[in-house]
Amino acid sequence: MTFQGWALIALFVAATAAMARPMGTWLFALYDGRVGRLARVERGLYRVAGIDPQRDQQWAGYAAAVLAFNLVGFLFLYAILRLQYYLPLNPQGFAGMPSGLAFNTAISFVTNTNWQNYGGETTLSQFAQMIGLMVQNFLSAATGIAVAFALIRGFAQRPTPDQAASGIGNFWVDVTRITLWLLLPASIVLTIVYVALGVPQTLAAAVDATTLEGARQTIALGPVASQLSIKMLGTNGGGFFNVNSAHPFENPGAVSNLIQMLSIFAIGAGLTWTFGKAVGNTRQGWAILSAMLVLFVLGVSLLYWADAAGNPILSAHGVSAALGNMEGKEVRFGIAASALFAAVTTSASCGAVIAMHDSLMPLAGITPLANMQVGEVVIGGVGAGFYGMMLFALLAVFVAGLMVGRTPEYVGKKIEAREVKLAMFAVAALPLLILGLTALASVVPAGLAGPLAKGPHGFSEILYAFSSAVANNGSAFGGLTGNTDFYNSLLAIGMFGGRFFVILPVLAIAGSLAGKRYVPEGAGSFPTTGLLWIGLLAAIVLIVGGLTFMPSLVLGPGAEQAALVAGTTF
Amino acid sequence: MRIIDTLRPAFVLLVALALLTGIAFPLTMTGLAQVILPDQANGSLIREQGRVVGSALIGQSFTTPRYFNGRPSAAGKGYDAGSSAASNLAPTAAALVARVDADVSRIRASGVTTPTVPADLVTTSASGLDPDLSPEAAFIQVPRVATARGLSADGVRALVTRSIDHPLLGVVGEPRVNVLLLNRQLDRLSATRVP
Repeated sequence: MTFQGWALIALFVAATAAMARPMGTWLFALYDGRVGRLARVERGLYRVAGIDPQRDQQWAGYAAAVLAFNLVGFLFLYAILRLQYYLPLNPQGFAGMPSGLAFNTAISFVTNTNWQNYGGETTLSQFAQMIGLMVQNFLSAATGIAVAFALIRGFAQRPTPDQAASGIGNFWVDVTRITLWLLLPASIVLTIVYVALGVPQTLAAAVDATTLEGARQTIALGPVASQLSIKMLGTNGGGFFNVNSAHPFENPGAVSNLIQMLSIFAIGAGLTWTFGKAVGNTRQGWAILSAMLVLFVLGVSLLYWADAAGNPILSAHGVSAALGNMEGKEVRFGIAASALFAAVTTSASCGAVIAMHDSLMPLAGITPLANMQVGEVVIGGVGAGFYGMMLFALLAVFVAGLMVGRTPEYVGKKIEAREVKLAMFAVAALPLLILGLTALASVVPAGLAGPLAKGPHGFSEILYAFSSAVANNGSAFGGLTGNTDFYNSLLAIGMFGGRFFVILPVLAIAGSLAGKRYVPEGAGSFPTTGLLWIGLLAAIVLIVGGLTFMPSLVLGPGAEQAALVAGTTF
Repeated sequence: MRIIDTLRPAFVLLVALALLTGIAFPLTMTGLAQVILPDQANGSLIREQGRVVGSALIGQSFTTPRYFNGRPSAAGKGYDAGSSAASNLAPTAAALVARVDADVSRIRASGVTTPTVPADLVTTSASGLDPDLSPEAAFIQVPRVATARGLSADGVRALVTRSIDHPLLGVVGEPRVNVLLLNRQLDRLSATRVP
């Protein structure tokens, strides 16, 4: 560990906090429909699509729209992947994707997971990359933010007693505005910045070079920068190239790397501020962000500490430990930035990588695993991290309510049995899926054929795959051979469940809260802005979300660490 | 609520937003990038007498003693820039230890006598295309390269020192040496010193 490394981490945390308000202000304008003259541009689109932008949807209507939009998007993407051979912009003549892989990939991109069982530059045409995958990079991100908006409206609605029922917004309008006025303009700016820093943006698929030693080198190219910009901003994480942002074209240097990490957190951090603004007290938002950052610093510290020490087994074979554990790392990033990125990408549901998580030291691997297993609520995926954290906030006020013996309330709404049950359903769905699927894959032959590593690390590879899929992350312990019928199907089930078994309860909670009367904070209310609340919330995430996974973490990384100390290899 | 009331906006919005984000956006960006930043947009290629010799951002395989050698690579048969890949080996993998052992022995056989070998020189990178070495990993190769080329070790060492990229503001980035650019400088140095 170096002072420089800690300085980088501190700089990053400070910058994240600094982004929250400007980004949150932008998001609040979209949330509140204050788009000014831009609304005129939308009007024609709404007319053709048969959308009444004034109509407030009830939660069931909002949920139906979410599901319909995702279903149509899934079918569209699946068709493109299967048919890419017959479609334009396929200079390398790649064949259509096999059905199992295309199914997995389509689910993966629609659910904002971007788990990749294929290598981008060796499998996909430019057409499939752009109009197939990139479109879902925008739309799955917009879907997540829209659901977060809906939940915020649930908290912020102030229905009068004679009002029949309160809606939670209009999904079509939310998705359109988020895409047109946030994701697209921000991506345009970021694309130009990335190109300036060295990321290619061309329709050429490859160029041939003759190296200094006279060998031939085929260098894959493509419209990388445009995909990269939304991949990070929308916490999608699906790489243009097989090795994702570790590829020098997808992340040429330390500056592009810092911009990528900040853009992963930008919207997630901003949403906490938007929430505070919407409920009339920005300190509520800051409290949520603070709890997230406390958990983030804990995770990144463990990761950096464990990986910077280097691999003692290699040290015993004459390798210097000064640079740390460099297997699967790039020199231009080193250990500090790689550790930071690994923590960021798994806190958010991004899943892009600049270092291979499979080659992290055993204890370092705990941070990405735990980040995903608690449901990626530390900043989190765009929208998804916020609404995931809100579920824990509901549980936290419930626990606090039990302790002091009064009806819990949060930002002016009474939290009752229905909300707590729905929150608990979503919070329980994740471990059931992750641990259930991991257990299944750990005993059947088709599952055991997957891991590259033998011994405890092989189990970690399986556990990581399902943690990543269910949490909609998309990063991998890449040694696992995931492109089999078994893993393509099970991972797709995990990704689907992890996305919609959370979105649906969240929307139901939003609908339930929207109908509740506003209860002003009284002397007996549990304060949800101070240090006590921040600590309670962070503890609830660790205890309710994390403790479930303790045995699996002991079996995987824990056992491997013991082997490492003993000098055992597999 | 009829199903068509939900499917129509879903379909129309998907098509409209797909045209915008999947076609108009990348094509406009490509056009713009090709006009204002053509060098970077096309892969930061290095040309020698019109021929492409590589990309400044992509590592390439160097195996002879005359050149600074880069890191081991898991991409294809080594530095295959059409198929990026990592080893994905666990820290406790026997295959990792065996590979590192062989590389350490090879480096020792080339005349390196320091007590330890820099880690980046015997580990595979995340991309298999890492263009860089740590300064230590470059300096350790100076005597071998200088001998193979008949150059003075001090001259080669000075060249490495000049080639180090330092972190921005001392915080963002790691000290590093781009191997391809260093080796091109080395060729130039040799060319000017031909007897």
